[in-house]
Amino acid sequence: MAVRAQFENSNDIGAFSRLSNSYCLVAIGGSENFYSVFESELADVVPIIHTSIGGTRIIGRLTAGNRHGLLLPSSTTDQELQHIRNSLPDAVAVQRVEERLSALGNVIACNDYVALVHPDIDRETEEIIADTLKVEVFRQTIAGNVLVGSYCALSNQGGLVHPKTSVQDQDELSSLLQIPLVAGTVNRGSDMIGSGLVVNDWSAFAGLDTTSTELSVIESIFKLQDSRPTYVVNEIRDSLIDSMM
Amino acid sequence: MQHYQPELTEQRILCASCGTVIAPNAANMCIDCIRADVDITEGIPKQATIHFCKGCDRYLQPPNIWVQCELESRELLALCLRKLKGLAKVRLIDAGFLWTEPHSRRIKVKLTIQKEVFASTILQQVFVVEYIVAGQYCEECTRVDAQLTWKAVVQVRQKVQHKRTFLWLEQLILKHNAHKDTSNIKEFRDGLDFYYTNRSHAIKMVEFLNSVIPMRMKTSEQLISSDIHSGTADYKFTYSVELDDLVCLTSKMARSLSDISPLALCTRVSNTLTLTDPITGRHAELRAMQFWESPFPILCETKDLIEFYIIDIQVESQAGRYQIATCEVARSNDLAHTFIVRTHLGFILNAGDHAKGYILANSNFNNDNFDVLAQGPRRGLIPDVVLVRKSYPNVRKKQRARNWKLKGIVKEEDLETVNRTKAEKARAEQDYEQFLRDVEEDPELRGMINLYKAPTAAGKAEDDVSMADSEEEPEEDFPEINVDELLDDMENMRIDDDEGEVVQ
Repeated sequence: MAVRAQFENSNDIGAFSRLSNSYCLVAIGGSENFYSVFESELADVVPIIHTSIGGTRIIGRLTAGNRHGLLLPSSTTDQELQHIRNSLPDAVAVQRVEERLSALGNVIACNDYVALVHPDIDRETEEIIADTLKVEVFRQTIAGNVLVGSYCALSNQGGLVHPKTSVQDQDELSSLLQIPLVAGTVNRGSDMIGSGLVVNDWSAFAGLDTTSTELSVIESIFKLQDSRPTYVVNEIRDSLIDSMM
Repeated sequence: MQHYQPELTEQRILCASCGTVIAPNAANMCIDCIRADVDITEGIPKQATIHFCKGCDRYLQPPNIWVQCELESRELLALCLRKLKGLAKVRLIDAGFLWTEPHSRRIKVKLTIQKEVFASTILQQVFVVEYIVAGQYCEECTRVDAQLTWKAVVQVRQKVQHKRTFLWLEQLILKHNAHKDTSNIKEFRDGLDFYYTNRSHAIKMVEFLNSVIPMRMKTSEQLISSDIHSGTADYKFTYSVELDDLVCLTSKMARSLSDISPLALCTRVSNTLTLTDPITGRHAELRAMQFWESPFPILCETKDLIEFYIIDIQVESQAGRYQIATCEVARSNDLAHTFIVRTHLGFILNAGDHAKGYILANSNFNNDNFDVLAQGPRRGLIPDVVLVRKSYPNVRKKQRARNWKLKGIVKEEDLETVNRTKAEKARAEQDYEQFLRDVEEDPELRGMINLYKAPTAAGKAEDDVSMADSEEEPEEDFPEINVDELLDDMENMRIDDDEGEVVQ
């Protein structure tokens, strides 16, 4: 299911939340409305954690992560790190990264298998990403933009990229990620996909301005039409059985 | 080594709001959706009112200028666009009229505007603004139409037989454009009434009159009702002394005026009277106030002038601008009796000329001042004849068409003046002719008023030449009016459609 949400009158919900298949971080807002939207969708499946990063609310732009792990910028305080560590399942590795490009959410776009990163990122950071998130790392740009995290949203099912991405670039990215990609917009024509949309394998949250056309594109590329956590589990199981047989 | 040159194919996305497949743009929406979403004509009124005066076919350009413009003209378009408030916020690309029936009182203007919407998305839109042409009388037309709405009236009166003072005053008013604020001008038997909507304008007129003529003023106010029609009536007498009139002063007054002769000619009337002694050429100025303190009656006036023939002239001394001369004259129609006269016209008179003057020797006057003088010790100083000015009978005989004319004030005539007899009309015409002659013969008087070129017909001029073959040659020193002195009459300049050329 794709749902619309708004954080304190802002449609850039991707800046204020981080969603993966095993956890969800939301910023501490003035009211609980934003939290409630995530709660109603995810409550039974994954932990939803209220937190700030380095005292700020733009946690979605500062963090990167997938099912296997979570990367935090160096500005994260010990207290915040402790809180997140305590709230996350044990299987999720939490790692603080000393990276000059500290807005990790903007420079890293990943699903559970592949990560696209800013071309100028540290080699050390690249290794940490590969180790912590258990992904293959590719230095890439999207439609000429180095901030790959801002201009795309990826899940294991598919990905939405910047509307101006050329067909050739899109094909190349698609072959790297091994998922179908589509160029599109969120928030009524905004090309900042990463800040307008958070997505995992069975749910997506988009800004309140997102039109039904945009939502239908999101639902179809991320295969959310009738997805439930159980449906995904069944699908994975089927594929596992297929591969074992 | 071969280079792989990837072929760039353009990306297609779905329009954010309607889902049509489009090429990505700045707004990531299709044109129709952007149009539907934002109206760049917002804030620009689609209907406006412009005001039109039926009386003079002019349009109001706020705040208070009335301009004449044709339908579908550039001027009208400019006026219409100025009416629209929000045009400053957009870029105007094109504007033009849509055709409407001329009598429909509607003007339609088609506008094309551009405006930036969202980030770096410029939208262009065409729309029509309808103007309603509302009737509104302009101030001038209201003034003309509502003749009775006056608040102040300046009544100018002169109790004399002739009209020449008023003819002269009329020209002075025209020259100084002093009548521009009047709502109406009416002609009465002894003078003119000037009506004003504003009391201050009336006062201005009174001040003007005060500066050009000697006059006395009375003011009366009348409260008609509590509304604006509280009429203020300024009532005046003008002077009773006219140019070229011979006056006889009391000896007391003559003494106060640097002891000039009691018999004096009035040679100039402005806000002061200039009195000239015809025998010595001395002149004195009499202020209006002095005159009204003890007004003196006229001894002889213009209609009493008689024409004389100068038989001989001997120049004597010069006195100011005059040359004193002794001459022997005889009445033009009675050369048997001659008079010896001292005159101040020595500069312009020559033997054989004609001059106009008064004859005192055989006149009976009904004038106290003159009686005192005639019986007093200075009775020997009373001349038989007083010459006033040179005359040009031969020029007059030719009856030439004048190449100039005067303008007149548009006056409404009183019932009394409309119903006047033939004789009275003839007298008025005679007065006007006399006034025109005065203008012709006196360059100084001419300088005070505006003369205009009169349309001259070529055929008429030839007739004049044939008529000019009289036995006598016209006087050579006749003060002709130069063409340089004449002004072009704006009213007569028009474009003749048939000929396609400018005809004056």
